[in-house]
Amino acid sequence: MTSAISLQKLAKHYQVPEREAGLKAAAKGLFKRQYKNVKAVDEISFDIQSGEVVGFLGPNGAGKTTTLKMLSGLLHPTSGTASVLDFEPARRSHDFLRQITLVMGNRNQLSWDLPALDSFDLQRAIYSIPTDEFKKTRDEFIEILELKDLVQKPIRNLSLGERMKMEIVGALLHKPKILFLDEPTLGLDVTMQKRIRTFVAEYNKRYGATVLLTSHYMADVEALCKRIIVIHHGKLLFDGNLSQLAEKFSAFKTIGFTLENPATDLSQFGEVVSTDGSRIVMRVPKEKTSAVTSRLLNDLAVDDLTVEAAPIEDVIESVFAVKKEAVE
Amino acid sequence: MKRYIDIYLSMMKLSILEQWQYPLANYFYMIGMIAEPVIYMVVWSTVAMQQGGMVGGYTPGEFAAYYIVWTLVRSMNVVFTPYGWEWRIREGQLSMSLMRPIHPLHGDVAFFAGWKVVVIVLWLPLAFALTLIFKPELNPTLLEGIVFFFAIWFAYLIRTMTLTLIGLVTFWTTRVSALFELYFAAELILSGRLVPLSLMPEWIQSFAWFFPFRWAFGFPIESLVGNMPVNELLIGLGMQIAWIIVGIIFVNIIWKIAIRKFSAVGG
Repeated sequence: MTSAISLQKLAKHYQVPEREAGLKAAAKGLFKRQYKNVKAVDEISFDIQSGEVVGFLGPNGAGKTTTLKMLSGLLHPTSGTASVLDFEPARRSHDFLRQITLVMGNRNQLSWDLPALDSFDLQRAIYSIPTDEFKKTRDEFIEILELKDLVQKPIRNLSLGERMKMEIVGALLHKPKILFLDEPTLGLDVTMQKRIRTFVAEYNKRYGATVLLTSHYMADVEALCKRIIVIHHGKLLFDGNLSQLAEKFSAFKTIGFTLENPATDLSQFGEVVSTDGSRIVMRVPKEKTSAVTSRLLNDLAVDDLTVEAAPIEDVIESVFAVKKEAVE
Repeated sequence: MKRYIDIYLSMMKLSILEQWQYPLANYFYMIGMIAEPVIYMVVWSTVAMQQGGMVGGYTPGEFAAYYIVWTLVRSMNVVFTPYGWEWRIREGQLSMSLMRPIHPLHGDVAFFAGWKVVVIVLWLPLAFALTLIFKPELNPTLLEGIVFFFAIWFAYLIRTMTLTLIGLVTFWTTRVSALFELYFAAELILSGRLVPLSLMPEWIQSFAWFFPFRWAFGFPIESLVGNMPVNELLIGLGMQIAWIIVGIIFVNIIWKIAIRKFSAVGG
């Protein structure tokens, strides 16, 4: 497999003006402005192979969107190099732009006042898609996303989820090889999220496209991405598969069991996370899991005992909780 | 070339469809816009009548003709403003435009060209009503009509280029309103928008020759109502083309520098 996306020490630094609050500071700022150098992305490197679907995670302000913007040619890097399909994104060559797409959950490119079909036709012209191929792709996407009854309604009359599905169709009509998806399911209900996930998975499978996805919904990441890259304070924190992430960052495992007498004091075994009737879920340090499990089985009348890795949300939370110093 | 024609036609179609969604809003906008020339027309016609029926060679009927044509030229002059660039950057809309394999300027030119089609259709009954009320003296020749047709579209392109250049300043400042106001003040005086340039002092007329304002406003009107000799009509068109070329060159140079500064602040 070849590298579809390759980053070498890619960095983006901003000079941000800053001052104290109040009139005095504002007046002072007229003569002498103070700037702070913000390292939005700080020398990150990774490669993504053609056809991979990679989750790009990090808390707000971690540098995810800035990275996606550099990879899609919207921003010029401060230093380092990026290569996407062997193009240098910052050059923004039309051949490059024809092969990629950037979908941002909070941005739209379809005309607000018109039915999506009209905007789709503009996409056809802009990307020089042969009419027959355009119609075939458009109708195929409309069918998969169940949009047939909606494409003739003005975009403004659609729900948020319906609009997002239309935006995705518009963004993929030219069948890009690279998909940069920035929070594509933002604000959508569970059903709509699932439908969009299924569509992205289907597109990846059908066209062998490479997908780099940011999302705060772990369900998106779990369903679509074998590999994840975690970025925090602009630095790369983790690059590997989901189970490795849990292994590296989760200090705990959860033990679930049914207890005959739920009133039993369990503090000596670990922290009780939840109790639902006789069903109890405990959190124990990872290295003590075997010992605690044995003691529970020996000392108490437990049933249906399960040991599981911490939920991915908890793992990610613990990753994000890493202090800035720890990644410098 | 075929690709660009397809894009322009598709974008113009989209623009026309969008504008027809709000015909009433467009009509109110145009009615609001004719208030300005009607005031000028009434003032200058009154002055002309008090001065024995003529001011600076203009009769009330010629003033009426000048300002009725003014309304069409003004409508053709509506382009994407620097405020639009501010909004576009702040709201992240520019990012979406930049993702397309085409310069955003093509989108702007085509979109507003489509809007002009709607504007002209809506302008016709307004012009008819103004003609009935103010009785303009207008007898253009075929050549003047042809020159006028090209001049209003060239004027549109000149103003697109100049306001795009000001709009590009937003890549550095994200606020450009002060500069636009300055431009607007110069345009008011040097373009023939406030009064026909021939009523201005000689030195202002000479001065105006070297700026784009006259070629984007006064010249198209004069080409239809001013009984200009053929050579002046052709020189005028030549000046318009020259300003369009200068505008394209500057927009391209500034764009290449500006795009490196783009911080995509709005998303």
